Amino acid sequence: MIRFESVTKKYGKKTILNKLSFEINQGDFVVLIGPSGCGKTTTLKSINRLIEPDGGKIYVDGRDIMKENPVELRRKIGYVIQQIGLFPNMTVEQNIAVVPKLLKVPKEEWQQRVKDLLNLVAMPYEENAHMYPSELSGGQQQRIGVLRALAASPPIVLMDEPFGALDPLTRDSLQEEVKKLQKKLKKTIVFVTHDMDEALRMADVVIFMDQGEIVQMASPEEMLQNPASPLVKSFLGKHLNNGAVLLASDVMKSRVLKVHREMQTLQSVELMRNRDVNSLIVINDDETYAGTISIERIKSAGKAGTQIGGLLTMEAPVVQVSDPAQSAFELLMESPTGYVIVLHEDQTVAGLITKTSMAKAMGETLWGGDAV
Amino acid sequence: MSFTEFIQLNQREIMSSLFQHLSLVFWAVAIGMVIAVPVGIILSRHRKMAAPVLAFAGTIQTIPGLVMLGIALIFWGIGTKPALIVLSLYAILPILRNTYTGITDINPGYVEAARGIGMTSMQRLLKVELPIATPTIIGGIRISTVYIISWATLAGLIGAGGLGDLIWTGLSTYNTNYILAGAVPSAIMAILFNLLIGGLQRGITPRGLRRVNP
Repeated sequence: MIRFESVTKKYGKKTILNKLSFEINQGDFVVLIGPSGCGKTTTLKSINRLIEPDGGKIYVDGRDIMKENPVELRRKIGYVIQQIGLFPNMTVEQNIAVVPKLLKVPKEEWQQRVKDLLNLVAMPYEENAHMYPSELSGGQQQRIGVLRALAASPPIVLMDEPFGALDPLTRDSLQEEVKKLQKKLKKTIVFVTHDMDEALRMADVVIFMDQGEIVQMASPEEMLQNPASPLVKSFLGKHLNNGAVLLASDVMKSRVLKVHREMQTLQSVELMRNRDVNSLIVINDDETYAGTISIERIKSAGKAGTQIGGLLTMEAPVVQVSDPAQSAFELLMESPTGYVIVLHEDQTVAGLITKTSMAKAMGETLWGGDAV
Repeated sequence: MSFTEFIQLNQREIMSSLFQHLSLVFWAVAIGMVIAVPVGIILSRHRKMAAPVLAFAGTIQTIPGLVMLGIALIFWGIGTKPALIVLSLYAILPILRNTYTGITDINPGYVEAARGIGMTSMQRLLKVELPIATPTIIGGIRISTVYIISWATLAGLIGAGGLGDLIWTGLSTYNTNYILAGAVPSAIMAILFNLLIGGLQRGITPRGLRRVNP
């Protein structure tokens, strides 16, 4: 439907788009996202020639857009910008009908179209058609903005941060409506946002851009599971490892103190005192997990000069790195030791889950990034 | 002779001066509009030209009216023609400036939306830019009209007639009645037109624009 072939755009010395190549399939909801200045808006505006690239080719429906008349091209592609885009001197009806009128669609036809479209978003014709944009709420204005883009039934609709200025509640319901409309009318939509929430909610395909290049192009699910770079990861933030995906390895701390089983009891007591802990993780010579030793155990059973190997207990619960965090959480709550040991598949120690490490990981999941 | 007696006695002369004055103002503003609105639109499409052109028009505006009339007298002699040329020149600037800023001050979002949905430059001008700029353009016409009504009194000096004729006659013969017969109607005319065009400005503004700033 839309194909970019090493598209380049420069402003002076600054490269905005760097040999950008990708393809968008018919009927897909594609979201362009990335940090400001990454080239997402430039990419969008290249599709209807509001911005013309310096190099490369863009095809819409198999046709090179540079060989088409820009005005006619734009009439075939719907365009939605922030709410300011409604013409203030025209009524709702005139705004929606503006492209059909440019295309010389007969009056009865576009009037019917306006009625149908207003019905789609539950804004009855009689009450709304003759209002001016300034008489509508922000959410209603943007609904009309979307309808205007759909009025001439274009197969492709471009949306440039259309909901950026709306309050969260209105934004939520509009996102839902637009997604429904897209499914119902089978449009190809290219949507620019800087809001990952919005991207994940609406997209079939997310294109993550940075410095004029595509960092990752993937479905939201795939992006969540395998973010291609730390930047993508930081944008995904709180969405990473949602629910069941959260693993024991995500909630453990990996820098833990391990000692060999040959250690003398006296030495280990000294070590625990120095580190201000009351137990140690003990490993075998081949680095596999052997058990734990607590200061109480040494006091009650240990004799001076013996090795700790004989005093080990297995009272601490053990999980594997790939176990779900939820089961580790349950074990942690019941654990007599107050911690859970995490093992690699080869039985070597991967880390330790404590109430602190668990709380920290949950905080990050809930509030994102380095909030904790 | 009292002022009222004077008016009754010279009714015909005063009325004919009044109409002469009105027609002088009407044509000066009309010519000013015909020149200034298209030029303003062209400047809005070629913004690099705007600064020098507006500066030039501003310079003309600063030349005192008497000097301009004197120059016009040298070129075109006595009569209505030189007066009309000078007054039209003065009418241009406010309309030109308001047309230009009216169009260029429109929120860039509207312009982008208009381009993005596939309007040609001309469609954008007629359907979006001019309707939104209309109140500002009429504001320019209002300023011009009020200016020209008062400056047209000077035109009597070079034989263009109008209420200025009565004032100059009064001044040269120390006749207060003549002076008042010219000054009072022209003052009332200025106030009246200011109100009238102000009302028109509000009336012609599309309903959707009355509550928002373009």
